[in-house]
Amino acid sequence: MIVRELELDLDAFEGPFDLLLTLVLKEEVDLADVDVAGIVVRFVERLAEREKLDLDACGEFLVLVAALLELKARGLFEDEAAELADLEPEEAAEELARRLAEYRRMKEAAGWLAERLAAEGDRFFRLGPAPLAPALERRLAPQDPEALANVVRLLAAEPPAVSLAHMALRFPPVAQFLERFRALLSRRSRFDFDTEIDGLSRAEQAIAFLALLELRRANQISISQAAPFAPIRVSRVEQESAAVNERTHAWNVRSA
Amino acid sequence: MERPLRLVTANPLDQLARTLEALLVVASAPLPVEELTAAADDERERIELALGLLAERYHEGRSGIVLEAVAGGWAFRASREASEACGRLFERPVQRGLSQAALETLAIVAYLGPCTRPEIARIRGVAADSAVAGLVERGLITESGRDDGTGGAVRYRTTPMFERVFGLESLSQLPRLDDLPGDVDDLRERLHAVAEQRSA
Repeated sequence: MIVRELELDLDAFEGPFDLLLTLVLKEEVDLADVDVAGIVVRFVERLAEREKLDLDACGEFLVLVAALLELKARGLFEDEAAELADLEPEEAAEELARRLAEYRRMKEAAGWLAERLAAEGDRFFRLGPAPLAPALERRLAPQDPEALANVVRLLAAEPPAVSLAHMALRFPPVAQFLERFRALLSRRSRFDFDTEIDGLSRAEQAIAFLALLELRRANQISISQAAPFAPIRVSRVEQESAAVNERTHAWNVRSA
Repeated sequence: MERPLRLVTANPLDQLARTLEALLVVASAPLPVEELTAAADDERERIELALGLLAERYHEGRSGIVLEAVAGGWAFRASREASEACGRLFERPVQRGLSQAALETLAIVAYLGPCTRPEIARIRGVAADSAVAGLVERGLITESGRDDGTGGAVRYRTTPMFERVFGLESLSQLPRLDDLPGDVDDLRERLHAVAEQRSA
């Protein structure tokens, strides 16, 4: 059976296999349109018609179809960054031939190794892990015992006593500040929060701020601050708007 | 001061040769001349002369122990005539049952190494993972850095064990690839022959 005379009847091409190859190599037929599987099926059908397996034909066919497939795959992935992507079909065929030759050479090299192995098979030698080389003597830089003593002395120092002060902290109730601020606002329409809490402890300042938030929530005051970290100004909400705010607040409470 | 020539019965290198003999019998891998020179604490030239002396003494057909230059160094091995007896007592796991795939992979690493698994697969046309793993396990190839760039594939090269098993002094003893058949032209011709015939 002669592979190149294999008659094909494909959508894209009708005729002998070798003509298809020629047209593909000349770029007169777009390989993307060629159904390679169809070629394979046709070949297998032809093979099956014969009683004896024609290995030569199979080999030749495999080489040709593999070349076709490689060309086709390359054509389908044109933007592939591989170094082969820019190759013309003829160059690609050349590249394929080069690769096949490279593999064949490596196969020959493997054959040479196999022969060599057989020829050297009667050489017995000792195998084992490499014995340990003597450890190199480690030379230390000259040391100053005084420096070590200083470091040890640091370690030997009594650690600072742990403070339990926070456990004894007493927090004044928020109500105390609520009353204080309300009283203040009944006398004045506005005051400066920072001035009011000046001199209080950190915890007390926090409670005072909570009281402030509480008053704001109840719409009894409005709070303003010119800039971040600027003094907080607290002013009384006027009676009329307070009534509106009261309603809003009640509504808020209901819907909440 | 010039010393008068005199007849010596014993070779002046004998003592050095005995030292080298001792070093070589302890070693489990070939010892390079540099290492022998350092260990014997002598001049390289004299070491080489003494090695020549030993190689003459431990020679095929003259001794059951043979001194050979292999894998970049010197090592003792059993003489070939004792190989049958050795074979009855000792197994050789490294070289036993190397498959065709393993030999092809080994050839690629030996000729093109250091090379990566994808490179091997590219030449052989099939994945090389198990062949590479097998060769690493046998100690015939070993990792040798990584390809450039992030996530670069591991590169492999042959080991001194490879040279020893195949009886090579170094990789340069491998036959040149050009001397092996496997002609590009031949394949190129086969690929194009069909088409050319038609267009002619």
